[in-house]
Amino acid sequence: MLKRVHFPTSLLPYLLVAPQVIITLIFFIWPASQAVYQSFLIEDAFGMSTEFVWFENFTYLATDEQYLGSFGRTIFFSVCVAFLSMSAALILAGFADRIVRGATTYRTLLIWPYAVAPVLAGALWVFMFNPTLGIFPYILEFIGVDWNHYLNGNQAMALVIFAAAWKQIAYNFLFYLAAMQSIPRSLIEAAAIDGAGPVRRFWDHIFPLISPTTFFLLVINAVYAFFDTFGIIHAVTQGGPANATTILVYKVYNDGFVGLDLGGSAAQSVILMFLVIAMTVVQFRYVERKVEY
Amino acid sequence: MIENRPVLNIASHAVLIIGIVIVALPIWITFVAATHDPVRMTQAPIPMLPGGHFWENFTQTLFGGGLSGTESAPVWRMLLNSLMMALMISFGKIAISLLSAFAIVYFKFPFRMGFFWLIFITLMLPVEVRILPTFEVVADLGMLNSYWGLSIPLIASATATFMFRQVFLTIPDEMLESARIDGAGPLRFFWDILIPLSRTNIAALFVILFIYGWNQYLWPLLITTETDMTTIVMSIKQMLEAAEQSPQWNIIMMTALLAMIPPVFVVVAMQRLFVQGLTETDK
Amino acid sequence: MASITMKDLVKAYGNVEVLHHVAGEIEDGELIVIVGPSGCGKSTLLRMIAGLETITSGDVKIGDKIVNDLEPAERDIAMVFQNYALYPHMSVRENMAYGLKIRKIAKDEIEQRVQEAADILEIREYLDRKPRQLSGGQRQRVAMGRAIVRNPQVFLFDEPLSNLDAKLRVQMRLEIRKLQQRLGVTSIYVTHDQVEAMTLGDRLMVLNGGYVEQFGTPIELYNRPATLFVAGFIGSPSMNFLPATADSGILKFGKAASIPSANHAAGAVTLGIRPEHLVHDDAGPIKITVQMSEHLGANTLIHGVLEGTDTDFVASMLGHVTADPGSTMSFSALTENLHIFDAASGKRIEG
Repeated sequence: MLKRVHFPTSLLPYLLVAPQVIITLIFFIWPASQAVYQSFLIEDAFGMSTEFVWFENFTYLATDEQYLGSFGRTIFFSVCVAFLSMSAALILAGFADRIVRGATTYRTLLIWPYAVAPVLAGALWVFMFNPTLGIFPYILEFIGVDWNHYLNGNQAMALVIFAAAWKQIAYNFLFYLAAMQSIPRSLIEAAAIDGAGPVRRFWDHIFPLISPTTFFLLVINAVYAFFDTFGIIHAVTQGGPANATTILVYKVYNDGFVGLDLGGSAAQSVILMFLVIAMTVVQFRYVERKVEY
Repeated sequence: MIENRPVLNIASHAVLIIGIVIVALPIWITFVAATHDPVRMTQAPIPMLPGGHFWENFTQTLFGGGLSGTESAPVWRMLLNSLMMALMISFGKIAISLLSAFAIVYFKFPFRMGFFWLIFITLMLPVEVRILPTFEVVADLGMLNSYWGLSIPLIASATATFMFRQVFLTIPDEMLESARIDGAGPLRFFWDILIPLSRTNIAALFVILFIYGWNQYLWPLLITTETDMTTIVMSIKQMLEAAEQSPQWNIIMMTALLAMIPPVFVVVAMQRLFVQGLTETDK
Repeated sequence: MASITMKDLVKAYGNVEVLHHVAGEIEDGELIVIVGPSGCGKSTLLRMIAGLETITSGDVKIGDKIVNDLEPAERDIAMVFQNYALYPHMSVRENMAYGLKIRKIAKDEIEQRVQEAADILEIREYLDRKPRQLSGGQRQRVAMGRAIVRNPQVFLFDEPLSNLDAKLRVQMRLEIRKLQQRLGVTSIYVTHDQVEAMTLGDRLMVLNGGYVEQFGTPIELYNRPATLFVAGFIGSPSMNFLPATADSGILKFGKAASIPSANHAAGAVTLGIRPEHLVHDDAGPIKITVQMSEHLGANTLIHGVLEGTDTDFVASMLGHVTADPGSTMSFSALTENLHIFDAASGKRIEG
């Protein structure tokens, strides 16, 4: 935490932390406390007067079908994104781990989608699935599927899941490959001598040994799906059709900036903050546990 | 590998190649779309092989006014804005995190732990969850439509501070003692010893932060209203909206390509640093 | 060049006192070794002199100046650390020049001093290398070079040889001694290795549990150890200790054995005899039951217990001596080689 020896106390350390602390106070702590304060207010439709209503915004949300629906969709969306991108990454990393030569070349070719902005990922996928022009609706037509994610809510949801999962494969792949490569060779060799074939070795040894990484990635992917996918939703569906893809982050934005429902949006922000805090705590518990190994 | 099974090895390569094809397919389609003329791009099915209009689209996109029939800044201007924002965010974050980590590790002063926790809290408040009040603060400070407004609210970061704290803690105490005997004061020690000793960590973090900064979307979307301040990443969305009236997919996809190239280049060119940065900041 | 005076030095962390009223004078040009087991406070004492630890009470004087409140850099000292603490990102030359650069010494003078130091230490060809490209011994030389170029009044060494292998350690020990004599700089050297301490120091300060047990020349410490601790710490193998009773010039010990002594002590004492001072003598008063013998070539160590007791006993015989396990051997010792300590306080009782 602190060095055994340190510099004598002076004004200097305060000056050193000042920039970060000032920015944190102005752009983090103050807005966050404003959000908490506003979540207790209701503003009338014309913005003329505000009323302090304690937890009314929250109790309203707890009974609001739209909000609860959005909550459920967000969870569904996150589970699908995490499962799709993690399993794809696990398979690719499992094979890449076997390869002696060229593993880094494969890595190079697989990691760059990490650098693509979510909104761009959305743009690419929305183009590929454009109902009139896109290559996939064209192919799907041959098997009798009529693709139009502007009208079909399930198709819209599938599309944002694909786009979000696609972008995250790179990240998961990197961590899985690193975890697999850190397993001592001798352990896998011992299993081979015991007569376990490659598939068996993977499920009996490699997969259990990398389970801390799986857990870590689950949390990271959940955070990603909850908060970093705004761009994808905004570009691909704008939450539609008929709110079919309105996840929580999108709803906060939409209710606040488009619907101008100050108190409701703030209450949603506060709920999201608690979710982030919970996820961060889980993540740190994991880190602590890992240190003890 | 452990056993010699040629079939399995071939299968491994095959799976990986299929994986790469799936991962790369969206980019290929983007690239192909950016090489055709607008008319070809309105006919289904869209082509799967490149056409001959790459340079034409390239110059029109980069120096023309973006989509015809809409009012927007030229793409080179957007690229410049994105670059400014990404660089200001990365350098700003690195600078303030280095300073605060230095203070927290190498000084003992009242409220040290208080500051530490204050910084720690920022880890829990991504911009998306406090978007409206943060926007109001920036608006009140008159920072809308400025590089400062684009970057400063995003440069406080607990992750970078933690990473540097970790790095500093692994530097032996004797470095400091030796420097003190040599007569180096705190700032001299920071500049002559600490910064050079952490330079690979700084570079690794820079790669991650550059991508983070470049790819910002919601934040610039809110605080820039003048076309001159548009970033390349947010312009895509505006073009998608316009495409519903006048589809010019060749230009849109060329823009997407241009928006992707800088961060992808950084990742591929600095792969080792990128991997190091990713694993260090998240653990 | 300067003398160093430690006056009543105390170091406490909160309520825990770890150094108790340490005092001593070090003369100009002397090499003093502070020696003791780990945790005895020797490094803390050195770091207080260096200015890296605060002084709880008492004074440190370098020359005629009290330096208690001076920064390390203002004390005109140089220090060699156990892990060398070379700046890994700087070349050997830059490492050596760094302190001079901060003091704003002219470039050509820095270069000249670095060259001189490099010549003395024979590291001229490594000047442009980074520390990681050097071997342990070479790094050690660079660490000393960094101290030399400063041309300080005092050298401080904090276990500088403990990271080297045994052979290199002996070689570097000699070099440090030669270098110190050549430069004539007052030096303080901390180690836990008593052989290093005996061979290097003009004088030794033996620390134990934060107390100074004895401060004197190596021969003084060997011949007249002031306490049981010093007696056991200096010399290898360690001195044998036998519980004994003194009565008008006769020491009774073991099972009805006795030996005459010229000491006036009376009552319960501890009798100390160094293994190398024992003489094989079939009529000798000290009888031991042999357990095993170690043949070191030049001498033989015979391990056993004092006959009829379970007090361990070691004798060192010149050359090759055979002794069967289970047999009995008898020894005598000269009166002047008997050390007598108070059984309760462990303090030496002089004749």
